[in-house]
Amino acid sequence: MASPSELNRLTIANAATMLRKREISSTELTRACLDRIAAVEPRLHAFLTVTNEQALEQAAAADRRLKAGDAPELCGIPLGIKDIYATKGVATTCASKILGNFIPPFDATVIAKLRAEGAVFAGKTNMDEFAMGSSTENSAFGPTMNPHDLSRVAGGSSGGSAAAVAADEILGALGTDTGGSIREPASFCGVVGIKPTYSRVSRYGVIAFASSLDQVGPFAKTVRDAAIMLRSLAGHDPRDSTCSARAVPDYPRALSGDVKGLRIGVPKEYFVAGMEPEVERSVRAALKQYEAMGAKTIDISLPHTAYAIACYYLVATAEASANLARYDGIRYGMRAAAEDTIALYEMTRAQGFGAEVKRRIILGTFALSAGYYDAYYLKAMKVRTLIRRDFERAFETCDVIVTPVAPATAFKLGEKMNDPLTMYLSDIFTISVNLAGLPGLAIPSGYDTNNLPIGMQIIGAPFAEETILRAGDAFERSGAVTLKRPAL
Amino acid sequence: MAQSKITLEQVRHVARLARIELSPQEEEHLRADMDQILAYVDKLGELDVSAVEPTMQVGESGTPMRADEVTNSPDPEAMLANAPARERGYFKVPKIIE
Amino acid sequence: MNHDAYEAVIGLEVHTHLMTKSKLFCGCSTEFGRGPNENVCPVCMGMPGVLPVLNRRVVELAVRTGLAAHCEIAPRSIFDRKSYFYPDLPKNYQISQYETPVCKGGYIEIPAGDGAAKKIRLVRIHIEEDAGKNIHEANASLVDFNRSCVPLIEIVSEPDLRSAADASAYLHELRSILRYIEASDGRMEEGSFRCDVNVSVRKRGAAELGVKTEIKNLNSFRFVEKAIDYEVKRQIEVLESGGRVMQETHLWDPVREETRPMRSKEFANDYRYFPEPDLPPLIVPPAMVEEIRRAMPELPADRRARYIRDFGLGAYEAGVLTAERETADYFEGVTPGLKNPKSAANWVMTEVLRVANETGKPIAEAVPAAAEVGALLAMVEAQKISLNAAKTAFAAMLKSRKSAEATIAELGLAQVSDTGAIAAACDAVIAAEPAKLAEYRGGRDKLFGFFVGQVMKAMGGKANPKVINDILKQKLAG
Repeated sequence: MASPSELNRLTIANAATMLRKREISSTELTRACLDRIAAVEPRLHAFLTVTNEQALEQAAAADRRLKAGDAPELCGIPLGIKDIYATKGVATTCASKILGNFIPPFDATVIAKLRAEGAVFAGKTNMDEFAMGSSTENSAFGPTMNPHDLSRVAGGSSGGSAAAVAADEILGALGTDTGGSIREPASFCGVVGIKPTYSRVSRYGVIAFASSLDQVGPFAKTVRDAAIMLRSLAGHDPRDSTCSARAVPDYPRALSGDVKGLRIGVPKEYFVAGMEPEVERSVRAALKQYEAMGAKTIDISLPHTAYAIACYYLVATAEASANLARYDGIRYGMRAAAEDTIALYEMTRAQGFGAEVKRRIILGTFALSAGYYDAYYLKAMKVRTLIRRDFERAFETCDVIVTPVAPATAFKLGEKMNDPLTMYLSDIFTISVNLAGLPGLAIPSGYDTNNLPIGMQIIGAPFAEETILRAGDAFERSGAVTLKRPAL
Repeated sequence: MAQSKITLEQVRHVARLARIELSPQEEEHLRADMDQILAYVDKLGELDVSAVEPTMQVGESGTPMRADEVTNSPDPEAMLANAPARERGYFKVPKIIE
Repeated sequence: MNHDAYEAVIGLEVHTHLMTKSKLFCGCSTEFGRGPNENVCPVCMGMPGVLPVLNRRVVELAVRTGLAAHCEIAPRSIFDRKSYFYPDLPKNYQISQYETPVCKGGYIEIPAGDGAAKKIRLVRIHIEEDAGKNIHEANASLVDFNRSCVPLIEIVSEPDLRSAADASAYLHELRSILRYIEASDGRMEEGSFRCDVNVSVRKRGAAELGVKTEIKNLNSFRFVEKAIDYEVKRQIEVLESGGRVMQETHLWDPVREETRPMRSKEFANDYRYFPEPDLPPLIVPPAMVEEIRRAMPELPADRRARYIRDFGLGAYEAGVLTAERETADYFEGVTPGLKNPKSAANWVMTEVLRVANETGKPIAEAVPAAAEVGALLAMVEAQKISLNAAKTAFAAMLKSRKSAEATIAELGLAQVSDTGAIAAACDAVIAAEPAKLAEYRGGRDKLFGFFVGQVMKAMGGKANPKVINDILKQKLAG
C-alpha cells in the first residue's frame, strides 16, 4: 500500500527542490519513507535495522537547517545504509552472527560526510554476509526479496539497498561493490547503481572484504540522483592511505544530455552463448538508441575476460582471509564458550561465520599458504595486470565500454545455492571492472517477459565518472525505457 | 577421473591455520567445493605470465604519511564497550597456553 | 672435552621501539606507563573497517638508523601482512616488511682487541608494528593494547659474531648508536630493546654452518652473554657425544640460568605473507635520504674521532666520554671557555661519572649543570681557586645546586693570588723564623716546605700555592 502522501516516490533531485521551496518538510518526507518501510518490510526484508527515532530527529534537524537557508542538496533526504558501514551508536552486523551486538564507537568517513550534510538515515540494509555473495541469500538474517517478484533474489551483495530504493522505501542508498555488488543488484532491481573508480571514495569505516577491490557507491532512482550522491561521497580522506587526493568534479553538472561523438566500445567477450537472449536483445537495443543519439559503437576485444573470475576468486579471497581474521571473539562481537584461546578462536569462528564466508576464507588461506602462494595468489596478481592492460588498450579508442551487467535477470530464491561455482560465474561481466579499478555504472535498459529488470553497464576509464554518468543520463532521458514501478 | 586438487588433510590444515573448527560434513563439503573451484582456477595456467609484473595496487602511487602528532585522546570505556569479557580495564580471555 | 676445536657462530635479531610521539599507523600516544587500554583507538585495536596510515617520523628514524649503520636505503619497499592468531595481535596479522625491507646490508663496528675494529655485517632493517601485552593470571589472561601498533624496527645481523663478548659489544654499540641518533632509548628492561639470539657451532676451519637454535626471552645484556655461553657449551656437548643439534627455539630461564626448548608448537607457523593492500609502497626518494642524512645527529664513532682530533684526548678517554650520549653532551657543556679541555675530560670521567654511577641517576639529575662545572674549572684555570677548592665546591653544589660563583663566595674558597699580599705574608714569616731561615740558607732545602706551610697558614689556606712558591723562592734565596 502506497503511503498516502507518496512523497517516498520522489527522486532526490525533486525532493531537494521541494524541500528548499518549503513545499514539503524533511519530517514529512521521512515519515512517508518510514511508513512505506513499515508497510513492505514484512514481505521485502530489505532492512536489518530501522532507526525510526533517530531518522525523525535527523529530519527535524534538517528542517531547521533548511529553514535557515543554504543547506546542501542531500540535507533532509532519507537514505539507507548497507550494514557494512560503521555507524556510530547503531548496531553494525555485516549480516553476520559473528559481529554479535557490535556497536561501533565511530562513523565511517562517508557516513560522517553524509551526516554533516544533514542527510537522514532510515536504517541499515541487508546484504550477503561480509559482502560475499551475489544474491543476499548469504545473509545470516534471511534474504531480501526482489520487489518486482518476491519469489526472486534482489541480487547481492548489496541486495537490501537496491531493493529498498526500487520499492521506494528510501530515496537513495549506500552499497559497496567488490565484484559487482552494487551493479548486479541494481540491475536485478531496476535501479541505478554506480561503482566509482577504486580510490575515488574513502573506505575508512567500511568493513573490509577485499581491500584492493572494495569500493563505496550509491544506489538511486535516476542517474542525476546518483551523481548528486557521488559528489558528496567522493574525495580525499587522510584516514585511508589508498584514497585519491584528486579534486571531486561537480558530477551533476556533467549531465549535459549530449552523447554526440561518444565512442562506445562493445566487447565481444561480453555477448556470449549462455546469456539470456532477452538480456542481449535489451543491451543491443540500447546500443542502437545510443547510435540514434549520435554515439558511435566500436567492436573491441577484452581477451582476458575469461580469466577474470579465476583471478578474482584468488585475489579477493586471499585478502578476505586476512581481513576476516580479526573476528575472533576477543575484543567485540560474538564469543563462543571455550576453555582456552585456541578453542575460543575455532568455536567462535565456526559458529559465527556462514558457509559461504567459511568457504572463501578456506580458499583464500589456501591460496596464500606455503607452497601455493606462487601458483595461486601471485599468479592471479599477474593475470590482474593483463586484465588491466586489456582495458587500457580499449580506452585508447573508446570513451566508454557498454555491456550487460549480468548474463541473466533475477533468479529464483534458492536456485543457485547448491553450487558455489555457478553463483560465482554470474559475476562474469562485473568482476573485471573491479580488478582493473575502473568506474562502472548500472542503469535499467529494459525488462524481460517476466517484467524483471535488465541492467546495462557503462564502464569508464579511471576517474571518468563524469563521462559514464553523462552517457547513462542521456540514455535515461531518451525515453527508450519506461521504468516500471514494482507492484508491491 | 580427474586428480583431486586438495586432500581432506589439506583442508584440515588450512582450517587450523584459519582457526575455524569444521565438522566432518563441513570438511568433506569444503573438500569437494575446493576441488571444483581449484580445478576452475587452474585455467590461469593457460596464460604465460612469466614477463608480467603483479598488480598490487590499482590506486594512485605515492606514499601518504601523517605527521608524528598525538591526535587521539584516551577513551578506554568506548574501546572496551563491546568487549565480550573484561576485567579491570583489560580484555579478558581464557588462559593462553604458550 | 675439547671446546677449542669448535667455533661459535652467532647472529642477533634486535627489535627496538622507535621514539615517536604517536604510533606507527594511528594517532594514539606511545607514552609508557598509562592505564590499560588508554592509548588505544579503533585502528590499533583492529575494529572492523579501520585502515592504517603511516607515521612519517617512523620512516625518518628507520632511514636514519640505516644510514648510521651504513645500509643501502631501498628507494621503494612494501609492507606485508604476516598472519598468525594471538590475543595480543588485534588484527591477527602484523603489518611488517618481508621481502623488501627499507634498509639492506650495512654493518656495525665493534672493538676486536688490540685497538682494531671488527665489522659485524647486517642483513637488513625493516619497519613493523608491535603487538599488545598479555598478562597471565590464574584462570584467565588479560590483554592490554596500549603497546599495539607502537613502531618497531627489526635489525638483523649476519652470523658474524664469534663469542658472547662479541655479542655484548655489538649490542652496546648498536644501542649507543640508536640513542645517539635519537631513534630509540634502548631500555632493555622496559622492553623497548629486545634481542633474540641465533647460535650454532662448527669445527674450527669448517665452511658450513651448523644447525642453529634461536634463544628468546633475554632481557638484559648479561643474560645474552650467559645464554650464549650456556648454549654453545650445550651444543658442543651434544656433538661430542655423537648427537645432532635440533633446530629449535629455546627460552632463556633467568632463574636457573639455562635454555629450555619451547613447548613444540602444535601448528607450524605459516605466516602467509602477502603485500599489504591498504598501504601503497613506501617510496623514499634520494632527496629525502639526503635530508635525513643532513639532519642526523653525530654518531658515536664520529664524536670519538672529533674528541681525539679537536680536544687532544686519547682513545681511551674519548671512549669513556662517548659511551653514553648524555655523558658526551655533558662533557661538551663543560668545555666551552676552557683552555685545557683535558681537565674537563678528567673531571667528567672521575668526579661526575662517579656520582652518577653511585646514585644510579642520569647525569642531568645526578650532578650540577655542566655550565656550572665549566665555570668551576675556568676558575681553576684562571687560578682564582685551587683544584682542591673546586672539589669542595662541587661536593657542596651536588646538594645545593647553586651556581659555582655563589658557592665559591659562600664558602670563601677564592684563592688569593695577590702578589703583594703574599709577599707581605712571606716577609712576615721569614722575619719570624730567623733560625730556620739560616738553616735553609745553609743547605737544608727540605725546610722550603715548612715556609710554604707557614705562609699558607698565615693566609688562612687561601693563597695560590704557585705564587707562594715563586715569591718564597726568591725571598729565601736572599
